[in-house]
Amino acid sequence: MAAKPKLAVFKFASCDGCQLSLLDAEDELLAVAGAVEIAYFLEARTQTVDGPYDVGIVEGSVTTEHDRQRIRDVRRQCKYLVSIGACATAGGIQALRNWAAVDEFISHVYARPDYISTLATSTPIAEHVTVDFELRGCPINKYQLVELIASLLKGRKPRVPEYSVCVECKRRGTVCVAVAQGVACLGPVTQAGCGAICPSYNRECFGCYGPKEQPNPTSLAAHYAEAGSDKMHLVRLLRNFNAHAPAFRDASDLVESGAASGDATEAP
Amino acid sequence: MTHRARITRIKAEVSGIWTYDLAFEDEAVAASYRFAPGQFNMLYLPGFGESAISVSSDAESAETISHTVRVAGNVTHALARKKVGDEVALRGPFGSAWPIEQCRGQDVVIACGGVGLAPLRPVIYHVIRHRGDFGRVILLYGARTPADLLFTDEYAAWQDADVEVCATVDLGDETWQGDIGVVPILFYRLRLDAPRTRVLTCGPEVMMRFVIFEARARKVEKRHIYISMERNMNCAVGLCGHCQLGPAFVCKDGPVFTYEKMEPYLNLEDF
Amino acid sequence: MTEPEQANHAHAFLLPDQLDALIERLREQGYRTVGPRVVDGAIVYRDVERADELPHGYIDTQDGGRYRLVRDEDAGAFDHVVGPDSLKRFVFPSCDTVLRADLQDGSWTMTPAGLPDEPVAVIGVRGCDLQALAVTDRVFLEGPYVDPLYEARRRNMFLVAVNCRRAAATCFCHSMNTGPAAGGGFDLALSELADGFVVESGSAAGDELIATAGWPAPDTARLEQARAQTAQLEAEMHARDGVVRDDGAMSRQRSLDTEGIHDLLLGRLSHARWEDIGDRCLACSNCTMVCPTCFCSSVEEVSDLAGEHVTRERSWASCFTAEHSYMNSGTVRKSIASRYRQWLTHKLASWHDQFGMSGCTGCGRCITWCPVGIDLTEEVAAIRD
Repeated sequence: MAAKPKLAVFKFASCDGCQLSLLDAEDELLAVAGAVEIAYFLEARTQTVDGPYDVGIVEGSVTTEHDRQRIRDVRRQCKYLVSIGACATAGGIQALRNWAAVDEFISHVYARPDYISTLATSTPIAEHVTVDFELRGCPINKYQLVELIASLLKGRKPRVPEYSVCVECKRRGTVCVAVAQGVACLGPVTQAGCGAICPSYNRECFGCYGPKEQPNPTSLAAHYAEAGSDKMHLVRLLRNFNAHAPAFRDASDLVESGAASGDATEAP
Repeated sequence: MTHRARITRIKAEVSGIWTYDLAFEDEAVAASYRFAPGQFNMLYLPGFGESAISVSSDAESAETISHTVRVAGNVTHALARKKVGDEVALRGPFGSAWPIEQCRGQDVVIACGGVGLAPLRPVIYHVIRHRGDFGRVILLYGARTPADLLFTDEYAAWQDADVEVCATVDLGDETWQGDIGVVPILFYRLRLDAPRTRVLTCGPEVMMRFVIFEARARKVEKRHIYISMERNMNCAVGLCGHCQLGPAFVCKDGPVFTYEKMEPYLNLEDF
Repeated sequence: MTEPEQANHAHAFLLPDQLDALIERLREQGYRTVGPRVVDGAIVYRDVERADELPHGYIDTQDGGRYRLVRDEDAGAFDHVVGPDSLKRFVFPSCDTVLRADLQDGSWTMTPAGLPDEPVAVIGVRGCDLQALAVTDRVFLEGPYVDPLYEARRRNMFLVAVNCRRAAATCFCHSMNTGPAAGGGFDLALSELADGFVVESGSAAGDELIATAGWPAPDTARLEQARAQTAQLEAEMHARDGVVRDDGAMSRQRSLDTEGIHDLLLGRLSHARWEDIGDRCLACSNCTMVCPTCFCSSVEEVSDLAGEHVTRERSWASCFTAEHSYMNSGTVRKSIASRYRQWLTHKLASWHDQFGMSGCTGCGRCITWCPVGIDLTEEVAAIRD
């Protein structure tokens, strides 16, 4: 029998929640552990095996000069590189710094700002190295992670849809919170994968899975604005866990500048 | 109904294209299975999915069912890892066939590119078996390079059976003696008897559009031009909606259509 | 399932509190009873065991991208119109296993899904949705290939229709000839009056239920009142046709001019309006999910880690997604505009080529449940101009 593929899990700027999804997959974890050699996964075991690795899973965004170098090293060691979670795929919630003056934050937060060495931005892995697959979510869905690993083991395409959260909502029979309650919900522009959890609890979608394929957030935001949503509320909604994802980022800038209010077709 | 079959032979045709000969496991299924030239099967590899692949073998030689497959997607990649003796599953045959009856007594121009020859090979086999039933039979075939031309080992036999074989490539090599250029240029030297010409074409849509242009320029009637369309076929029985093309479901109403029926939709972007 | 219409079906009159008896009878006959209920701010189909679970005293106001429930003490049990659910969910569930494949000793055993056998009675079905069922019957049952799962569910249905006496602004059944009266295809049809329900049977099963229940026949006045109230609504809806508002826009009360619509839409596939819609459309798929006739589905291979146990799962799919038209050479319908054009031209035009009928029933769900309120009646009117 061929050697088991070597799997490595790397952490960058993140909360660890996505890595935990793998540990959280209790039912499947043993099967995964049996099918791959978990060679580097500090969250799970201190013992490590040196690279190169067949599959590298990267959590977190790049926020420091050190990490900017480290991700290149990780890429060199991994045959197939997967970024997981909103931080790794879109810069994460910490990408809110991309709209602010980081030095000012540092001087307010830290007693010794001179100890802090950080970049002005938080950016996704794919802005630094080539990524073979991006698994979205904040956090990722553990079933999607197991599916991704299964697909890599079998050499097939992973079953990870790119359509909207609305498809999941409607399939499960959840009443649309945007239409029935007038709540500004990001579901129509957000990629499915979570199972449409928030609307099923009568809450709007916060866009955890980032933009769906061919999103049209400008039209959606213009509609919500016209229906009475506060402009800054919409900006904050778009600038959430996936604030730096291009479609959300650009739409939030448009809304903030006022260009997206009223008729979306007039937006530049 | 999905049936189990075994791979009895794998032939490497050209780079990225293999022909898989399949035999049904169930003898009753094997005995009753019949297809018409142009029809396709849904090959199924559990865990990977189904893929619509046209049958490329002789419809009158039922013991072997061949599929000539270009490795391109999820299922075909998995198929490429299979060996002789391995199992695959299939449903079929599905879809419309090439108009053999309407071609009887007529001149037949078969114009195809790349793997587009595969669904037309059964037509050539049929014509050769019943050669006296047809007038001139001309194969216009193109590929990227001489090394990409399919079924070259059969051309001599086809020519012996009075099938005119004209091949062209985009890029020749030092030994290439044939034409250089796209398939439609092969029409330039043809003297067609338009009223009795039937054109059967299969290949990339852009190629078929220019084949149609050349055929129409030579006054071949729209209803005498037959095209094989490709769309996303999932269910093969017109129930899943993916392969919709204007008034048709490509899986059920096609893949073979008359140009007359598809004309309004062929030149539309993103339709 | 309902058989072809026969003349001289039975009629009955039910007092308001006898709706319970109707539900009870259906349950005794082994049906799971489903009806309209208020859930999370909308009226949707859920299991109903007692008549007081029905949305008495609620009406819905609907407009493009907007749905609100309103308390109305005068409203009966069925004065709401259609919500996001339709019968589609009961004949063609959003997710369904179609095949199991298990690897044993190097060989695959493939087992088609067992056929569902739960009889379902749906109460409160409108004319538009009966027509929608006729449309999906045509798709799944009356073509060269029959869908066995749809067939099994469909044969086990009992339909209690309601003749509408109120329409939402998004309703345009009158344009599509599908309502507001329940045209046919029901087992029983209710007309809600101030003092009870006139019940009309449309099938042998309906006749039998009325006969065994021993409900009295309605008097002529009530029968007439039942007919008149729906006829009056229909007349009111027709009065909307072609009405232009003061500001020059079409009336918010919808209607659709279907004259020559097949050739109109298929003849204007390059109309500038498609791009304009593409700027507004979210390609979120909501319209197709709520449409009672949209029947597209995708089958996915759901596999264990070892790839030895696989189920083929069929789910609702949408022509608004990139994967819908995906081939190895790429996605055919790349732009949002092209996806909307595909949907609308299919629904209103090429559906006629494929199935000899329109794919639209005038229920208005796609208008209401579009998050940005795109209105197909308005879009068709713009393409017509």
